[in-house]
Amino acid sequence: MSAGEPIFLDAGEAALVVEFGRSIEPAIHNRVLALDAALAKRALPGVVELVPTIRSLMIHYDPLAIDRAALIEAVRGIETGAGETRPARRWTIPCCYDPQFGEDIAQIADMLAMTPERVVALHSSATFQAYMYGFLPGFCYLGGLPPELTVSRRLTIRPPHPSGTIMIGAGMGLITTFAMPTGWWLVGRTPERMFSLARAQTFLAAVGDEIAFEPIDVDTFHALDRRAAAGEIVATMTKLA
Amino acid sequence: MNAALTIVAAGPGVTLQDAGRHGYLRYGVTAAGPMDALAMATANRAVGAAPGATAIEVSLGGIEVAAEGATLPIAIAGGNFEVSIDGQRMPSAVRLALAPGAKLRIRAGSGGAWCYLAVGGRIDVPPMLGSNATHTRSSLGGIDGRALAAGDVLPVRDVGACESDPAALTAPWLARGDDPIRVILGPQDDYFSQAQIDAFCRERWAISHRSDRMAYFLDGASITPANGLNIVSDGIVMGAIQVLGDGRPMVLMADRQVTGGYPKIATVIGPDQGRLAQLRPGSAVRFAVTTIAAAVEARRAERALLDAPVEAVPLVRTPDADVLLASNLISGVSGGE
Repeated sequence: MSAGEPIFLDAGEAALVVEFGRSIEPAIHNRVLALDAALAKRALPGVVELVPTIRSLMIHYDPLAIDRAALIEAVRGIETGAGETRPARRWTIPCCYDPQFGEDIAQIADMLAMTPERVVALHSSATFQAYMYGFLPGFCYLGGLPPELTVSRRLTIRPPHPSGTIMIGAGMGLITTFAMPTGWWLVGRTPERMFSLARAQTFLAAVGDEIAFEPIDVDTFHALDRRAAAGEIVATMTKLA
Repeated sequence: MNAALTIVAAGPGVTLQDAGRHGYLRYGVTAAGPMDALAMATANRAVGAAPGATAIEVSLGGIEVAAEGATLPIAIAGGNFEVSIDGQRMPSAVRLALAPGAKLRIRAGSGGAWCYLAVGGRIDVPPMLGSNATHTRSSLGGIDGRALAAGDVLPVRDVGACESDPAALTAPWLARGDDPIRVILGPQDDYFSQAQIDAFCRERWAISHRSDRMAYFLDGASITPANGLNIVSDGIVMGAIQVLGDGRPMVLMADRQVTGGYPKIATVIGPDQGRLAQLRPGSAVRFAVTTIAAAVEARRAERALLDAPVEAVPLVRTPDADVLLASNLISGVSGGE
């Protein structure tokens, strides 16, 4: 599914969806990232904004500046030349799995017939990748959820979780930035802000970055939370070769 | 005293908007911006401002404002709202000078769901991520990311010159008519059968009362996708018509989320989005499929309107009515009704 020509779909007369597949797969997402990077570098006149998602790239364009056929031709030319992309950065994000934050860990463990400790071990040893932002600013959807942690969505929406809640569901991980009702499962909370107007770097991670979670205790959570609230980045970033 | 526009009263959903918060979709940030970009541009152009300058988007909840520190040039355009200064009726699309002490009131009128109050000068509130467009769900833009409320003071810099007499705006493009709203099929029209697509275009939908700046829900037939309810999330544009699990379509509007996991049967073309936005809850609406080429032509025509100057005709007082009439409309056609 990841090989071959992408499909071009119209989202109205001013946005083109370049679809590489219809499932959640690293190979498909990699092609999205490659085209995103190549198009950004190329800076075609009339291309207004690029939105990478899990399996497609949405290209917002001004049809009075570049017509659809020319845009598709340019994308085809770029796509064939686009190579593999690798994550440029890895973010290690502190996460407190204490039951007061990871409210659903016991239930997840029951559903998956494993211990709560195993749920935490699997989640905190996984290498995730920022697949897509959506829903609200800084809501970061993560690929790379260990297959053992696959759970279906809740049957009913639960009341709002706090900002910073780390969740799993729908075959993915999620870092939240606003209090919201949800159909996903709560596994922990991070003091880090994926989105903060209080610091120069408004958004922590770019789509494509690697993400890992480092377990912290409740006291550390509160100490880091105070620093993050003041505008400090409390996750650690490693540049990848 | 510095020039300012004070909010005396505001109904729910009255917000500051500008051309939108662009460049952050990839981080989940909605552009927001006006529900009816052409109407906002008309009001802004009438006071000499850029089409996408910061202006007040007035909902059906209405607003009452007063000027402080200076007489402010004001223009209003959009739906057929009731506009008055100290009880003196004005046309719905009007340019006027608001002197300190006078109260300008805008209320829902005979039609339309949104109108725009533009100021000759710059509404000076701190931008967030480069824009004043209010997106209340993410607390961005406007004043502290919220809707306007009584007591808010909007500082106005670089106040422009005022024509002392009110004038009716000549903006025939704001009379939108009731042709079907034009759509382009996709991006997930293949999730629907041909019969479902036909039904979507045949149905006389009603705008639901649940509608707001985020989405207009459509009441009518159920068109549950033949090929599954869930897709892996992809991008969402303004005007995208997604179909929920119960088969109900919704049109995503200015405050939409940027990605989503429901199939989208069609997309409202840019030039028809403002016309759709102006339909009130309960109004009937139909959709008709068009082509990219036709949509681009419509966009070209709209762009010409956005760039054209807005003419205004001075108003004269009628002896027997409290409504000011445009001098060339004295034969009895009120500019306000």
